[in-house]
Amino acid sequence: MSASILFDTPGPKARRRILAVNIVGALIALGIVAWIVLGLAAKDQMQPSQWDDFIEGSTWKNYLLPGLWNTTKAAVLGIIGSVIFGLIFGVGRLAQNKLINGISTVIVEFFRAVPVLLMIVFFNVFFSRSLQLSGDTAMWAVVAALIFYNGSVVAELVRSGVHNLPKGQREAGIAIGLTRGMSLRHIEIPQALVAMLPALIGQFVVILKDSALGYIISFNELLFFARTYSSPNGNVLQALIVAAAIFIIINFTLSKIAVIVSRRLSSRVKKEKNAPAGPAAAIVGAPAGLDVPAPQDPSDPKA
Amino acid sequence: MENYLSIFTEYDIPGAFWVNIQLTFWAAIGALVLGTILALLRISPVGSFQALGTSYVNLIRNTPLTIIILFCVLALYGQLGFVLSSDFQGNFFRLAVLGLAVYHAAFVCEAIRSGVNTVPLGQAEAARAIGLSFLPAARLVILPQAFRGAIVPLGNTLIALIKNSTVAAVGSVATESSSVMKTMIEFRADIVIPIFLTFAVGFVIIVIPVGLLTTWASKKLAVAR
Amino acid sequence: MRKTRFGTVAAMAAVAALALTSCGGSGDSEADGDKIRIGIKYDQPGLGFKDGDNYTGFDVDVAKYVASELGYTEDKIEFISAPSANRETMLQNNQVDMIFATYSITDERNKVVDFAGPYFVAGQDLLVPSDSDIAGPEDLDGKNLCSVTGSTSAQKVKDNYAQNTNLQELPGYAECTTQMSGGTIDAVTTDDIILAGLAAQPAYKGKFKVVGAPFTEENYGVGLPDGTDKCGDINAAITKMIESGEWQKALDKNTEGTGYKPNAETNPPTLSDSCA
Repeated sequence: MSASILFDTPGPKARRRILAVNIVGALIALGIVAWIVLGLAAKDQMQPSQWDDFIEGSTWKNYLLPGLWNTTKAAVLGIIGSVIFGLIFGVGRLAQNKLINGISTVIVEFFRAVPVLLMIVFFNVFFSRSLQLSGDTAMWAVVAALIFYNGSVVAELVRSGVHNLPKGQREAGIAIGLTRGMSLRHIEIPQALVAMLPALIGQFVVILKDSALGYIISFNELLFFARTYSSPNGNVLQALIVAAAIFIIINFTLSKIAVIVSRRLSSRVKKEKNAPAGPAAAIVGAPAGLDVPAPQDPSDPKA
Repeated sequence: MENYLSIFTEYDIPGAFWVNIQLTFWAAIGALVLGTILALLRISPVGSFQALGTSYVNLIRNTPLTIIILFCVLALYGQLGFVLSSDFQGNFFRLAVLGLAVYHAAFVCEAIRSGVNTVPLGQAEAARAIGLSFLPAARLVILPQAFRGAIVPLGNTLIALIKNSTVAAVGSVATESSSVMKTMIEFRADIVIPIFLTFAVGFVIIVIPVGLLTTWASKKLAVAR
Repeated sequence: MRKTRFGTVAAMAAVAALALTSCGGSGDSEADGDKIRIGIKYDQPGLGFKDGDNYTGFDVDVAKYVASELGYTEDKIEFISAPSANRETMLQNNQVDMIFATYSITDERNKVVDFAGPYFVAGQDLLVPSDSDIAGPEDLDGKNLCSVTGSTSAQKVKDNYAQNTNLQELPGYAECTTQMSGGTIDAVTTDDIILAGLAAQPAYKGKFKVVGAPFTEENYGVGLPDGTDKCGDINAAITKMIESGEWQKALDKNTEGTGYKPNAETNPPTLSDSCA
């Protein structure tokens, strides 16, 4: 049901009322913005000198871009690791062997329940003190924590993706003499992966946001650099807003891409549904009846 | 083993979890109220309200929670002088609750909207047919069913909120579990893994029942159609 | 057909991962023999601060002087970020040759690494707004005190001097000074020289002052790998820096405009024969 069905097409009277309410709503929105801006101005936080730092090339070259590069690096390593982790344990949860299944279930459920921050704090000390690793241990701590949490989420995506496939897919595989494992590897998981793509992009947004937690352990990511830059310049607040804006732009773009990918996938599914059900249909695109997961799972509000 | 057990007498671990539970409790109430209002805005017939709700969700959902909570402490309190409690420590607790509620409200809003999508068209039409206008229709017909259809995403949001309550550490709430664990592993480097597992299992014990309860409730309360 | 596509995706992912990790490894590259790797703080204005390609602060100035005495010109120095938690590990793993990073000499640390110096004796002190009448930790009853998360310095004040102090813990001192400029914090506490470095920043010039009544002693040493043979040379370099007046010059430059005077009883430090 789309939102517009909740009310009738407004008549002249209702339209006038809506217009009035509309103006009130716009005023409320403006009021909130004005309250924030004026409040900041009253506290000397709206001076141009505090903001123009962020349109200078050197600020970007020396602080924000290196920070963004580290954030991206951690996020990309995180998503790659998560997909690998997710494939291993997602398949593990589909295994018929009770032991493998049990171990995979425990691992996935465990890491889905542990806060990412807790893991980041732990891995930071564990890598640098207990294992005495060299290199950027703070970054590896963030990457490890991201992989364990998001990998578990991806494992669930893999599992539900395979479960949502029409039963015929596996049956067909077995009918042509594949074992259960071969059918999983060659038929079911590749299809589940395509269907997962939008959700995976959504997960990348989650990972990007979570990487900002590395700030707490002095991982040199975007938020950390924004803070480092602002500390001698006395504009911590402005730096927070700029860092937030960068995150919002990147994540918003990614979410939009996820929606587009999801739409293209589901339109492909629809086309096949309408097409006469021939054996060719299943080979060309995503199989009919495949549930395309929501682009950005709104139920996963990770930091 | 004795070495390990000593951490329980040296540090107040249940107390640390209790802080997280309290943070979660108050933030959950706040997020539910704010999220419902946002959902109403987004499904309302008024353009500016829709835009308000949509921008809120898009802005907040794409911002790291770390920045939101830092912003509450540094900007709202530090620069704008926004005080929520006369008690110094209590103030940071409430600011963290505010940050958590603001962040999770965006997800509650989306959860409720997904719940609204489960309500059949006929329900809204029937509500209008008996003369209910937008707000009464939403309150009496749409939302009660939408909440029941949104239990799973709402439960997932609650689970995320429980875990995200650790991020209050950046908001000067030094008594919650991630801060306590950080202090502990700095001083007891010999038993880093047991300390981490203690806290991790603590969260598993809190989170898993919530997950089971969600599944049970979503089946129990599902609207039969 | 589909399989090959997935093969390609997997291969691309692997290549991307490799490319990323290979770039990430630059921090632990072996020294080129004629270069010296020095660990400093990147985020401590006035002591060790990375300003683009420039490194500034008192720690950095002393490090540069010592390095030049050891025969390394400025272009032979490679500065590396040394966060507090990683300092011992970086020395043990031979990732750096020496560390100048507000590194207090303690018996505990001395077990795993060597120290030269001290090149400065800091003490815990308070940073307050210029017009504040707080003269020491005893005046903090009922006041709001800020420090960084996990540091014991604020708790020390509460336990030993003023029980009714309100403590706020934030991730960094920068956040503390922001709070103080907003008026919600009455004092920030940590080592006096760190506070002076913060107060010397252009944005805060004239707004804050260091109280100047340090109530602890922290000996800042040069962290060295265990069993090093450079300790004697470094101590000689520090002594020379102090005698030549360069030490005082570096200190004045980095705390300019704050009226900060280090504890004269202990500064400049007399170097005991700590290398053994």
